[in-house]
Amino acid sequence: MKNLALVAYLDIKESLRARWFYVYAFVFGGLMGLFFISGITDSVVMGFTGLSRLLLVFIQVTIIILPIFILITTVKSISSDRESNVLEYMLSFPISLKEYYWGKLLGRFATVFFPVIVALFVGVAWGVFKGGDMPWAMITLYSALIFSICSVFLGIAFLISTMVKSHDVALGLSFTVWILLLAFIDIALIGLMMQNRVSDELILAIAMLNPLEAFRIGAIALFDPELTVIGPVAYYLLDSLGHTFLMLYAVLYPIFLGVLFALFGYTIFKKRDIL
Amino acid sequence: MNIVEARNVTKSFMGVRVLDDVTLDIALGERVAMMGPNGAGKTTLVRAVLGFYHLDGGTIRVEGCDPVKERVKVLENIGFIPQMPPPVKLSLSELLTFVHRSTGAEKERIIEQSEAMELDLKGHMDKPFFKLSGGMKQKLLIAIALAKRSRLLVFDEPTANLDPKARERFYRLLDSLDYEHSSIFITHRLEEVEGLVNRKIYMDLGKVVEDEKI
Ligand SMILES: Nc1ncnc2c1ncn2[C@@H]1O[C@H](COP(=O)(O)OP(=O)(O)O)[C@@H](O)[C@H]1O
Ligand SMILES: [Mg+2]
Repeated sequence: MKNLALVAYLDIKESLRARWFYVYAFVFGGLMGLFFISGITDSVVMGFTGLSRLLLVFIQVTIIILPIFILITTVKSISSDRESNVLEYMLSFPISLKEYYWGKLLGRFATVFFPVIVALFVGVAWGVFKGGDMPWAMITLYSALIFSICSVFLGIAFLISTMVKSHDVALGLSFTVWILLLAFIDIALIGLMMQNRVSDELILAIAMLNPLEAFRIGAIALFDPELTVIGPVAYYLLDSLGHTFLMLYAVLYPIFLGVLFALFGYTIFKKRDIL
Repeated sequence: MNIVEARNVTKSFMGVRVLDDVTLDIALGERVAMMGPNGAGKTTLVRAVLGFYHLDGGTIRVEGCDPVKERVKVLENIGFIPQMPPPVKLSLSELLTFVHRSTGAEKERIIEQSEAMELDLKGHMDKPFFKLSGGMKQKLLIAIALAKRSRLLVFDEPTANLDPKARERFYRLLDSLDYEHSSIFITHRLEEVEGLVNRKIYMDLGKVVEDEKI
């Protein structure tokens, strides 16, 4: 597997020169900057410190931007490599498909994960500098949550890229998946709930299958251990699932899904024509 | 000994037969000019030899190995130049690292071969490959393919971007290869490769319609 590291390394080097990477790093770095300027770090709201609030805003923005960024940049780079015959050339060298696929995935993971983590740490450092406490538990959980959200969307992006060869269809599909997970599933479920025909437990269970929902609940759970932010539903969830389970679920479930999608993508990559 | 053995190879894309029952052996030492109109299936055939396609029917063996199932083993012995230089975003030094680590070809050799093609890599090593001029890209791809010292060379219209002088140099380099090998040149201009080849194959509509030793 010596070429796995090689492929990953070269992919990182390539990304570090790509425009999307700077836009991406700039968006998350810039968001941090905006939060400082608007003084979020100084405010004390509802009993928790400004630092926690900074993290909450960061997480909310991450929920919206991170998935679409990962999907679009990954799908775009893979399908344009295919269309421009870069893939043909690179794979005319004796590299196994396993090394190539997983190497690319690892490289991509590093380039999407680290800018967000760095931005998170800069934010925390600023908060501590302003007099907050070092929130170790939060940093750990939020790093884990970002890790897991990166996993699931990279998995989806790689699956889409291997399933669909056309550039435009792949991009369209990415947008569809994103908007579905971000909003449509919730809207549909609320609609179902209001009709009162399906049991609420079932609807909650379906909602929890959405990795973005898992992420959201996990992020808010630590932030507000009683889950009061998400209303009466929280009591049901806490009651039936327990706090620790919710946290573990929010971190592990998206990782599990991501690995599953990536594996599925890999089997397609191996079984179908490469070009 | 046959380097390539293709037996009744059939491949369709979206219902259209692009390779139609192609049977073809290429022995060690044979240099094949492969010709035919656009869309005849030439690129598809060499891509199948490189293991990019799952065949609908028939088999391909490269030195006895299946190019799909044993792609690493097969590709270790193939030097390939694609139809158009692809816009690889790696810098030259990264690209050479990739070639060296995946094939074992020494970077020094690639640089030597480039110099033989009158391509000076110094001063360009940090440039992305795609920013080189068309001719420079083609020369570097040639240098890389030759530095691998592969037993099978596959060239898909390798001289499209070269001026006549560079083309001449390329042919001289090929002529000076000092080990046993076979090659497949896809070309539109037989007269250009005439001195280099000892067999010509003509493809049309996914079939080999002419095959003649010269
Ligand atoms: N991946 C593919 N998907 C669909 N059609 C393809 C694909 N590759 C080649 N073709 C079609 O197969 C035919 C033969 O192409 P090709 O082998 O490139 O011809 P040649 O190299 O002889 O000009 C063309 O009609 C081309 O459009
Ligand atoms: Mg062609």
